[in-house]
Amino acid sequence: MPLNQALVGKAYPAISYEVGREKLREFAIAVGETDPIYHDEAAARAAGHPDLPAVPTFAVVLSLRAGQVVYGDPDLGLDYSRVVHGEQEFVYRRPIRAGDRLLASGKVAAAEAKGRHELLTLETEVTTEDGEPVCTVRATLLSRGTAPPRHGSGP
Amino acid sequence: MSPRVDLTRVQVGDTLPEVADTIERLDLIRYAGASGDFNPIHWSDEIARAVGLPGVIAHGMYSMAVAARMVSGWAGDPAAIKRLKVRFSAMIEPGQTLTAKGEVAEVDNGRVLVRFHAEDEKGEKVLSKGEAELEL
Repeated sequence: MPLNQALVGKAYPAISYEVGREKLREFAIAVGETDPIYHDEAAARAAGHPDLPAVPTFAVVLSLRAGQVVYGDPDLGLDYSRVVHGEQEFVYRRPIRAGDRLLASGKVAAAEAKGRHELLTLETEVTTEDGEPVCTVRATLLSRGTAPPRHGSGP
Repeated sequence: MSPRVDLTRVQVGDTLPEVADTIERLDLIRYAGASGDFNPIHWSDEIARAVGLPGVIAHGMYSMAVAARMVSGWAGDPAAIKRLKVRFSAMIEPGQTLTAKGEVAEVDNGRVLVRFHAEDEKGEKVLSKGEAELEL
């Protein structure tokens, strides 16, 4: 079933996320990051960070949660078992850091056919609860074999 | 302390120190837990084979995190990174070594563009069209 083009531009309710130091350390360990600024508060402060910073790809944790709200919308028509991750982009205003109270809201930024497949771009805007922009996360997913048949292209 | 590059002295053509990561199954299980991405194709051979894969494959975002380590380790400061982008172009299985490689492509008024990719042991690009924008 093709994706519902009418949902392009739709913004979904934000999820809230409180960033804890142990979560940041756990994520840094999981990606093999050993630089002390991601593990030790004193090292982080000495490097000019107010608290432990997140490794750059940590924002994907928020984008996954915001994405669940979007992908779970039955109107979108996304069959997650057909999905392959195509591209990923992060645009940062500043690093996420321990103590941040964040909001992440997902939006269907694009849905377009590419041959037999469809490309779905989910854009997640991450801000603090006070509205300070932190980062934008764009995930482009390939939905395999769901494009609508085109005129004259046969069965 | 982290190695820090002096971004004012960076020149087009400078290469970043490579980062190599041998991906073990445990790494993927740990990453699944830390990231919240529990897609079973990353931890169950049975489910991975049922959808036509040879067995479990690494999370694309795990590979991207390895490449991000190369960029942030080179820059020394995650706050210098303003944008990070990749295309996922091939899958990589546990037991394989992923190597991230990057080069300075543009330097303009305190802004640095690094182009990078990550490849498997056969030289096939797992991540392609990688771009990192950094600022002083």
